[in-house]
Formats: sequence, structure tokens, C-alpha cells
Amino acid sequence: MSCWETFTDYALRSIGIGAKLLPKTDFTICQQFTLIGSGLIWNVYFGALALLFGFVLANALALARIAHSPWLRKPAEWFVFVFRGSPLFIQFFLAYELLVMLPRTGIELFGLTLTSSWLTKAWAGALIVLFLNTAAYSAEIFYGALRSIPKGDLEAAEAYGITGFAKFRRIQWPTMLRLAWPSYTNEAIFLFQSTTLVFFSGFPALSQQGDALYYANYFADKTFNPFIPYPIVAFYFVLLTLAVIGLFGRINRHLNRHLPQNIRSRIRLRPQLIR
Amino acid sequence: MFAACATPKVIEGLTWAMCYLTSGKHLDFYGSFVTVLLLLAVTAPVAMALGFGGAMAARSQIAPLRWFGKAYTAMVRGVPDIVYFLFFVIALDQGIEYLNHLRVCEDLSQPVFRGLEFHVCAEAKVPPATASPFMFQAYSFGLAVITFAIVFGAFVANVIYGAMQAVPRAQLETAEAYGMSHGQVFRRVLVPQMWTYALPGLTNLWMILIKATPLLFLLSVKDIVYYARELGGTKTQAYDYPHPDWRLYYFLGLLVFYLLMTKLSEIVLTRISNRLSKGQATAAGEAMRKAAI
Repeated sequence: MSCWETFTDYALRSIGIGAKLLPKTDFTICQQFTLIGSGLIWNVYFGALALLFGFVLANALALARIAHSPWLRKPAEWFVFVFRGSPLFIQFFLAYELLVMLPRTGIELFGLTLTSSWLTKAWAGALIVLFLNTAAYSAEIFYGALRSIPKGDLEAAEAYGITGFAKFRRIQWPTMLRLAWPSYTNEAIFLFQSTTLVFFSGFPALSQQGDALYYANYFADKTFNPFIPYPIVAFYFVLLTLAVIGLFGRINRHLNRHLPQNIRSRIRLRPQLIR
Repeated sequence: MFAACATPKVIEGLTWAMCYLTSGKHLDFYGSFVTVLLLLAVTAPVAMALGFGGAMAARSQIAPLRWFGKAYTAMVRGVPDIVYFLFFVIALDQGIEYLNHLRVCEDLSQPVFRGLEFHVCAEAKVPPATASPFMFQAYSFGLAVITFAIVFGAFVANVIYGAMQAVPRAQLETAEAYGMSHGQVFRRVLVPQMWTYALPGLTNLWMILIKATPLLFLLSVKDIVYYARELGGTKTQAYDYPHPDWRLYYFLGLLVFYLLMTKLSEIVLTRISNRLSKGQATAAGEAMRKAAI
């Protein structure tokens, strides 16, 4: 089988398009590259959507954390503590068990029947967990940034008569984003890497449609040789990391465009860790 | 364990709960918490030692040693570490089996790597197929500890290297001006001052190490996640203590365990941080000096 045939068979295998059976014997490098790359679709899907939704919730949480009212502050603090203080691994397991417990037939609500079985599938269930998780981590970053907005900026805004929501929209929020962006970039990279846990721990991979690590593990199990599949995963993730840095770097430049060159904040890649 | 528990089918209520929670499997479950704590207790100092060594190597005057140190600290950037965990464990396992293969196997004519696959003869398997289940567990736990230590050692090396760079140059130059040798500057000035810069990073790492312990499950060690899944699953009437699917509650228990560990560590580490900031030329040290006046 030529490499091109392998590619057409397996390039979209992870989303159920192409050959049904995975290779069982005579593994080639080409198969490993194609299948693991195909699994990467899931990593990108989880990472991108969780980041997008998480960004919105994180802003809300950061604002709640800095609020004076304990009715807003305390729940936000607890949310952040629970999601940052426990392993993502356990969160996946817990969420899966929780979602499985929902009634099979659906929930009756005001005469409407809401089906819930789709929630136990990885594409929805794991996405919810990742979304809440990244929201908690990002909220902490945004909270820190909100607190380190220079006092002078806010006083200057008030001196110009900008108060209330206008002050938030035009001064606080852009400054918060600008200050938080380098850390937020790291969080984004970190989130993409955490997506490898989805099929590996909590949610079952139905009909062998999994993410990059799922296929790498499949090959390592079959060939007893970790020296090919895992470096391939590493290679793909380095590429993904570079893409994220590229995209977030552009946004960072946009956020810093009004500042002189020498005081712009730069994105510094910090070592990425397990969550 | 208790006399009342001899016939679990007839007891009810609190006695049932007590008997259920002290069954043999549950005692193993409680024991697995010790496994997790043991992993933390062994890994943390070893990773510290490796990290310190790595940071020293990265600052070394000798070029090959410096390259090694830099490569070690750079290793952890950009790649999901779960990949390292899976990779290292198999690679270590195979390394050991390969050395054993060279030692004990009679037929060395076949290459170990055939195509993309790895084969050793049956005698070279570690641990031997006849070993007790405990030996298998101990072996995989040992591999896990080594892997954790190497990966976290790289993280620690990163933090300590950064902290060593953060110590003000003037401090070191002053020490040199007093005629101290390289070693003396390192021991008397650099290392004592470094900790206050390293502590935030190390605190972070400790929290992450706590949160990384469920990975033991992936390395096929019977840890708390394994037992939570085992014990929580639906038990039919064939079992002594039949019950529906309780995995959710077991995992909730684990969640609480991890949250408690995090909270406790936060309290202890804040104390250490305050202790270390005392008398340092940093913002925190200055704040403490002012507060004391």
C-alpha cells in the first residue's frame, strides 16, 4: 500500500471517514504519521472551542472575583479553587460518571423532553470539562491582570470624566487583556496539551476514533516500540504550539500597538506542566 | 474484620456501612492513598536533587556538561508531559530488558528491533513471568517514581536555573571582591539567596506534582483511581456487598482528597515563603521589615 493510499484511508479516520479497520500488522512510518495526525483533529477541536467559550466565562469570573459583594466573589473563588486545585484527570472521570447518571430517556422539562445521551460522548462531555477548567485557570490570570492595572491609568480616566461601564470597556478591559496576554498564551498552549487526556482517561473512544495520543498509544501497544509513535506526537504538538504562539503573538502585537517598542510586553514561553 | 461482619447479607444500616467500609478491598483502597503519599515523598527530594544538579550543569564552565544541562532543562518545553510519562516508562522498561537480554539470552542472533517492533527472549523479561503480583506492582511503581523524578527534575532545573540568574549580580561581585573562590560564592551567597526567588516556582511545581499523581493509574500501578473504579462499579448479588454504580461518590471522595491536599500545601508553603523572605532584598522582604517597625 502506497503512502498516498494510506493517507486517503486514514487521514480522517478519527472522525469516522475512511477505512474502518485500523492497521493490525506490518506497521509503516507513513501509517503512524497519518493516523496520529488524524487524531490531532480532535486535539485542535477541543482546544479551540474550549478556549473560545472559556475566554468569555473567564472574563465573567475574573470580574466576579474582583467584585465587592461576597455573593459574587465567593462562588467565583470556589469555582476557581475546585478546578485549579484538583487534577484534570479526576475531573474527567467525575464528569463522565455524573453525565452517565443522567436519565437515559431524557429529562422532562416544561413538557419538552431534553435528551442527555449526547452529553456522555467525548465531543460534548469532555468539551464541557475542558471549558470549565480553562475558564478557571484563565480567570486567575485575568484576575491578576485586573489587579495590576496601573492606578494612574484609572485616575486619569476618571479625570477625563470616563466612569462606570465606559471606564471598564475603554480602559480596564483592554489593559487587562494586554497585561494578561503573555500568560494567557501559555495557558492556551497548556490547554492544547491537556486535550491529550480526553480519550486517555475519562471518555471512551467509540469505534476507535480517538485523539493523537490515543493512536500513538495504539501503535506503541502493538509494536512494543515507543521510539516512533511518541516522538511523532511530540513533533505534531511542537507544530501546534508554534501555531498557537504565532496566532497569539499577532494578537499580542495588536494589543500593544499603541505602546513604544521598548515597553511592549513579549510572550515568553514557559515550561508547560500537567494540570 | 469485625465479628458482626461474618454474614454481610443479613446486616443493615450503620453496621452494614461499617462492615462495607472495612472490607478487605477497602483496606487496600486506603493503602493506595499511602502509595500516592509515598510517591510524593520519594519523588519530591529526588526531583529536587536532579533539578539542582541540572541547574548547576547548565551554569557549568565545562561545555559538554553545560550542553547536557541546557538540553535537560529545555526538554520539557512545548510537548505534553503525559507523552513523556508514557514514553519514559516504556523506554526505561525496554532499556532494562535489553540489558538483561544481552546478559541471559542464549540466542542473540535475532535483532531486538525487528522492523518497528521490539522483542527479547522470555528469560529476559523483567520482572520474570513467574514473579508475584506484588513484585509486578513494585516494579511498575519503581518505574513510575524514576519517570516522575526525571520529568519533574527537568521542571525543577528550569526553576532553579532561573532563580540563580535572578540573584542580583552585585551580590556575587561583592563576594568575589572579598576574595571568595567560585565554590565559596556559590555556597555562601548564591544558594542561600536563590531560594526566595525559586520558591514561587517550586510551590507551583509541588501543586502540580500533587495533581500529577493520578497518572500512576496510566502507568498500571494500582493507585486510588484504580480502586475507586473497582470499588465503585456496580456489584451484583454475587458479591458480599451488592450496590448500584457508586463510582461518582468514590470520585467525589478523591476530588475532596486532592482539594484538601492543595489547601494544606498552600498553608504550609505560605509560611515557608514568609520565613524565607525575612531579611531579603526583595519587595516581600521590604514589606515585612516595614510591618515589623
